Amino acid sequence: MDKILVGLKRVVDYNVRVRVKSDGSGVETDGVKMSINPFDEIALEEALRIKESGGASEIVVVSVGTSEAQQQLRTGLAMGADRAILITTDDAPDVLSCARALLEIVNREDPGLVIVGKQAIDDDNAQTGQMLAALWGRPQATCASKIELDGDKAIITREIDVGMERIEIDLPAVVTADLRLNEPRYVKLPDIMKAKKKPLDEIAFAELGVEAGPQIAHSSYEPPSERDKGVMVDDVQGLVTSLKDRGLL
Amino acid sequence: MSRILVIAEHDGSTLNASIAKTVACAAQIENAEIDVLVLADAAGPIAAEAASLASVSRVLTIESESNAHPLAALLAPQIVAAAQNYTHVFGPSTTFGKDLMPRVAALLGVNQISDIMSVAGSHEFKRPIYAGNVVVTLSAPADVIVVATVRTASYKAVATGNSAPIESISVDADLPTHTRFVDAQAGSSDRPDLQTAAVVVAGGRALGSVENFDLIYTLADKLGAGVGASRAAVDAGYVANELQVGQTGKIIAPDLYIAIGISGAIQHLTGIKDAGTIVAINKDEEAPIFEVADIGLAGDLFTVVPELTEALG
Repeated sequence: MDKILVGLKRVVDYNVRVRVKSDGSGVETDGVKMSINPFDEIALEEALRIKESGGASEIVVVSVGTSEAQQQLRTGLAMGADRAILITTDDAPDVLSCARALLEIVNREDPGLVIVGKQAIDDDNAQTGQMLAALWGRPQATCASKIELDGDKAIITREIDVGMERIEIDLPAVVTADLRLNEPRYVKLPDIMKAKKKPLDEIAFAELGVEAGPQIAHSSYEPPSERDKGVMVDDVQGLVTSLKDRGLL
Repeated sequence: MSRILVIAEHDGSTLNASIAKTVACAAQIENAEIDVLVLADAAGPIAAEAASLASVSRVLTIESESNAHPLAALLAPQIVAAAQNYTHVFGPSTTFGKDLMPRVAALLGVNQISDIMSVAGSHEFKRPIYAGNVVVTLSAPADVIVVATVRTASYKAVATGNSAPIESISVDADLPTHTRFVDAQAGSSDRPDLQTAAVVVAGGRALGSVENFDLIYTLADKLGAGVGASRAAVDAGYVANELQVGQTGKIIAPDLYIAIGISGAIQHLTGIKDAGTIVAINKDEEAPIFEVADIGLAGDLFTVVPELTEALG
């Protein structure tokens, strides 16, 4: 195929323990380390591997976000993507609006495959890929742990609750990446330099003419309820006694 | 009044245990009429199970060969057609529901709410974000249909004993041919299902090998427990992916959870925070798992676990 489109979302880094703002109006993100959503990184890695094995000729990374998301797109370019598109907005658009914006890009770029992460680790929604596939009227294969391309079709192995499932889909299609699809490469310094010269186009979200979805309001944020402090026991006998006391044995 | 359509997950013959919990969430909405929709090849026994669930008003079935396997691209247009007179469409937050419900929502032109953990009103819900580090309250607009998945670990299954009427319906929907089921490989296990087991024994990276994981299985068998694992243990290849517990694996709420050799990354803890009692066995006294454990035992699992198995007789 000519082209694979990969979605990259800028999120609070995996290792950061986020805090709720004291007034409950949101989550503290000032001065917090930001990264590519790890599942999107896996999505990009898979696209790069397909290209390297001759299955695609161009990898385009796309993000929706503020101009700061350029950093994550540059990282994507350093990993090996050929071109980047940033749909700029200062708001945090709802998922349906994002999917509609991505569809506009899909219609312009005409990719043979779109790969995104199965979920973003900030809002944990796990919706964007499926919504894009629905709006595009094309197949979706979520939670992919293996992609086997075969001409204008692909066999996707999916991680599901009871084990594994394989489905066959016609291309173009949307695939969402699960953890065990691959292990993303590390970015090397020369590649970071090279990435600075690769094209990164910005398009204003508003210019795409996307209709916003019915808004779901986020009224308050709070920390989860804490579990009560437990006890430490010294040995197995203590553990067994403690479990018996609780009526669990 | 709210009219709620719950989409039934099943394996072709039995109703998935998540549905009784999804119905429990729907029943939290005041003045709700709850229907369950079964899309299947042959719906008979599945529909009968759904009809036995308390709070269910009606069970609707759409039977066709194309519904033999749960392919979101085929199910979604049928659900959209069936959902016309409903105020809410709920599915479980399982791999089935997570795959399907966003597709349904997008076709209906609405946003979707993932992982409802509590109901504050017919259009107001709480859900976890950031791996459960934050709980957000959401208000959905009242003039459009609410499409949502339910975090089943937050709910106890409704009782059975009901006998709701079962009605076969047909819908007018164009089904695509671009997505086809090939095959499925279910993890073979005689052990209790991880998501519904009352007791779960889980192992982490510290087990060190596939062979050593036998320690977990032996203890689990002694307790009649389901088996789980941390992401690290799955990534290391000690066990299959379907055993993973946590943010990107399964969210579970057993009465007793025994974490062995699991350090307790926040992404793992979010999968067990609703467990009744958490037991942690870990060599590292500083491991974060001890912060959430009700009973902690700092010690070498290779000594402690055989001893515990022995002590249970």
